[in-house]
Amino acid sequence: MTPRPSVSTPRAIGASLLPLLLGLCAAMILELSIPQGSYVEKILFDIGVNVILAVSLNIVNGLTGQFSIGHAGFMALGAYGSIVVTYYGGYAIFGDVLKHTTLSGYSLYFVSLIAGGLVAAAAGWVVGLPSLRLRGDYLAIVTLGFGEIIRVVLQATPPVLYPSEMAAVPGWERVLHLGGALGFSHGQSYNSLGWTYAAVVVMLLVAYRLRESTHGRAFLSVRENEIAAEAIGVNTTRYKVAAFVIAAFFAGIAGGLFAHQLGAGTASRPEEFNFMKSFEAVIMVVLGGMGSITGATVAAIALTLLTEILRSVQDYRLVAYSLLLIVVMILRPKGLFGTREIWDFFRKKDQP
Amino acid sequence: MRNLFLSALVATFACAGCKHGPKAPSNVIVVGEYGSLTGSEATFGQSTHNGLSMAVAEINGAGGIKGKKVQLVNYDDQGKTSEVGTAVTRLIAEDNALAVIGEVASSLSIAGGQICQQQGVPMISPSSTNPKVTETGDYIFRVCFIDPFQGYVMARFATNPKDKGGLGLKRVAILVDQRQAYSQGLAQYFAEALKKLGGQVVATESYQGGDQDFSAQLTRIRDVKPEAIYLPGYYTDVANIAKQARGLGLTAPLLGGDGWESVQEIGGAAVQGAYFSNHYSADEKRPEVQHFVDRYTKQFGKSPDSMAALGYDAMMLLKNAIERAHEGPLPAWRTSVRDALAQTKDFQGVTGKISMDKDRNATKPAVVLEIVDKHTVTAATIPPQ
Amino acid sequence: MADFLTFLFKGISVGSLYALIALGYTMVYGILQFINFAHSDVFALGAFFSWRFAVAYHLMHPTPIQAAGLLLLSMAACALTGLLIEWLAYRPLRQAPRLNVLITAIGVSLFLENAGQLVWGKSVVQFPTMTEHSIVLGGVHIRLVEVVAVGAAFALMLGLQWLVYRTKIGRGMRAVSVDHNIAGLMGVPVDQIISLTFVIGSALAGAGGLLVGLTYGQIKQPADASWIIYGLKAFVAAVIGGIGNLPGAMLGGLLLGIAEQFVAGYVSTTFRDAIAFALLIVILLVRPSGILGKNVVEKV
Repeated sequence: MTPRPSVSTPRAIGASLLPLLLGLCAAMILELSIPQGSYVEKILFDIGVNVILAVSLNIVNGLTGQFSIGHAGFMALGAYGSIVVTYYGGYAIFGDVLKHTTLSGYSLYFVSLIAGGLVAAAAGWVVGLPSLRLRGDYLAIVTLGFGEIIRVVLQATPPVLYPSEMAAVPGWERVLHLGGALGFSHGQSYNSLGWTYAAVVVMLLVAYRLRESTHGRAFLSVRENEIAAEAIGVNTTRYKVAAFVIAAFFAGIAGGLFAHQLGAGTASRPEEFNFMKSFEAVIMVVLGGMGSITGATVAAIALTLLTEILRSVQDYRLVAYSLLLIVVMILRPKGLFGTREIWDFFRKKDQP
Repeated sequence: MRNLFLSALVATFACAGCKHGPKAPSNVIVVGEYGSLTGSEATFGQSTHNGLSMAVAEINGAGGIKGKKVQLVNYDDQGKTSEVGTAVTRLIAEDNALAVIGEVASSLSIAGGQICQQQGVPMISPSSTNPKVTETGDYIFRVCFIDPFQGYVMARFATNPKDKGGLGLKRVAILVDQRQAYSQGLAQYFAEALKKLGGQVVATESYQGGDQDFSAQLTRIRDVKPEAIYLPGYYTDVANIAKQARGLGLTAPLLGGDGWESVQEIGGAAVQGAYFSNHYSADEKRPEVQHFVDRYTKQFGKSPDSMAALGYDAMMLLKNAIERAHEGPLPAWRTSVRDALAQTKDFQGVTGKISMDKDRNATKPAVVLEIVDKHTVTAATIPPQ
Repeated sequence: MADFLTFLFKGISVGSLYALIALGYTMVYGILQFINFAHSDVFALGAFFSWRFAVAYHLMHPTPIQAAGLLLLSMAACALTGLLIEWLAYRPLRQAPRLNVLITAIGVSLFLENAGQLVWGKSVVQFPTMTEHSIVLGGVHIRLVEVVAVGAAFALMLGLQWLVYRTKIGRGMRAVSVDHNIAGLMGVPVDQIISLTFVIGSALAGAGGLLVGLTYGQIKQPADASWIIYGLKAFVAAVIGGIGNLPGAMLGGLLLGIAEQFVAGYVSTTFRDAIAFALLIVILLVRPSGILGKNVVEKV
């Protein structure tokens, strides 16, 4: 590995810390200015979760050129992982399963998000390993199979325990009661726009800083030519697995946010994370342009709004959606932005 | 090209940003509905919607409610929780729905119910039978009975001795659809009731909704020689399972729940003599039933399934409650409708006489139907517990 | 023993249908290197086309000859659908990255499902029945219609083998699958061969649709999970066998069908699909290019 080029402290602050602070401020403004329970809030929430999904999948599919169609599986693990923490963990701490709008309640929520992310990241490591041997569509099938295995196993779990039933079940066994096909039925809606967009900001920054770093170049080299990358000393194995782990972590965070949304009653439901959900994420990545972070972001926003706008055409909704998808693919075969970023469009034509 | 494209993109977002839902004029009553109209669950969503829209047409044909026409706004949710959230929020916040009529699938009714509860909007679920649906809060109602009761009904019918109008069976095998919470719940409650009544579950096998071949499951069931097989699934799968069971030489009687309604039309010889618990019988002579079945068949070219009947009843019950409620500005009006719904007593619906209990579940008798040719015959009526 | 034979026969019966559908995936993959996700929907359309034809010609209880006629009609209708899809959706993307074609395929798939649902309604449809008879052989109950379906599936697969390995068209297809450009230089009409591949694959899917309908006596609405699951499993079968490889697709289909039955019959019905997918992952880890696939070394 080439050593990481030294970066002067002021530049590092300018590149990471400042945008982070600005972004978090923006998230706070959203939190305070959009009324809770409004239609706009719900749409902004959907957009936020989809942006995290698309940008994280972009690290595997776009940046590293691996083909994963099991992203929803990681999201599922994150969702269940985090809701187990707020529900069963919350019971262990507070003695009830209600929503605690206190500092400790929200700390628990924060911990649950990280826990969900870590569970998903661990699974990402496991799924990333076969990518050492498999490539292209064979890897895709493994990721798809992984997603389906998660779904089938979650479906077979017993109903969520009521507080009155907790005493009969020893502590660690409780977490296996995940609600089966009905979903995790007593989740509390801890989430709000501030949380969602704080996560979006972190995701975007990590994705951008990652790509612009030495490691990011290594990811790109794996995508462009694995053998050449190996020849110049890039540990392709490590980078492929790393891409899976990072992407899975953020998909897990998205899952955690999803699980605690308003209507969280049954947001974590095995059927919610089937392969169509994975495909939605893949569509966003490809539509945005492989490897383009702003592309994935814009595509996630556009597709979320599109499904919402099309809600009024009722039965024709998916027909219209699919036709638009085909037409856009034919007109923009490299996605909306190709491999470029949004600001590349506003520069002088010195770029290819 | 590039600029054109970018401006189109910007225009799309701008348009999406300024989009507002239609604000309801004050001389109509807006009733919201969310359900699966597209995607793989659309069969059931469509039936519910047919029943609902027929009820709305009838109400408006007769002059509306207190002189106001009913406007049914319905949004597709593709059978997904995340979409349910958006659809319900839009119904409440943008369309100012007075009340919302919910989903078939229990998990989706719970998701939508949580939002309705938080916003103080009464919601009626037509056919979600999982007990957890109305546990969400005091704004959530349903017009169907719940799974523990339905499981008990069939268990009791199966174990009752023959001279008391039952089947006199003890050993029952269960085949569950793992993909449907409805099926899982019903199987669980049936098994519990059966054990209490002295019966025995000799095998529990499962399939994934969408499977076409059930021979491995049925062969395993055949090996334990059950006296009956309980199939708590939807009729779309049950007909197929029944045919394959007969093809494998399994002759034990088949038992099922309200998801079976309509099975007699596609099941053919394989479902003859099978029994299922239901909300009502389409062959009943009650005028409400005859009127409903005739009109539905004429309008949609097929006979109604239970989702359609319950959708119709949900709307009619809502109308009844709105008539009893005090009209006023929205938040208060919604609360008043909620109160009226909670006080519902002996409402004559297609699916029977409906009264709300303290948990906002409809208490009503269940019937056990036997399939004879392409019809059903009432084999037993079991009163609420 | 009777159970074992039942599982085996049912495995072959289900597996031969997987194989028939898997062939369509594998043929397109062999030539264009992309997963044609719309294939499972062409398969669903095949079932609905044959149902429409049966209703139109009053063939709800077809004799074997009439069923063969329905088979041909359904195959022809699906072939035409496949041709149109290739022309309208895939041909404009010939130079685009593979992943984009894949997304287009998902778009086509969603379109066919939901357009089909608008045309034919959203509920289950009763399919024509050939025969309800079943025979008992060594304790195994065998439905006659399944024997017919297995026979027809195998006949079609053999026909495809002959077409690909014994005719000039087949030689063209094989040439294009090795290298488009060189095949073109050698005078193979590449575009026509690609269209033809879609036509043949779709016709097989059409036949599969009819056979599934006949076997189970009912078909669910086009967007129902059953079609997608069938398609997914057929695709998995193609991958197990080594994608792009015709005998591999057949072998993979049969293996998957039989494995499913045995897992469900002897291990667990609840976790059947999880175990089936876990087996698949293990097979791929041991043989990264499928059972009959060649492990192609990537060129720099």
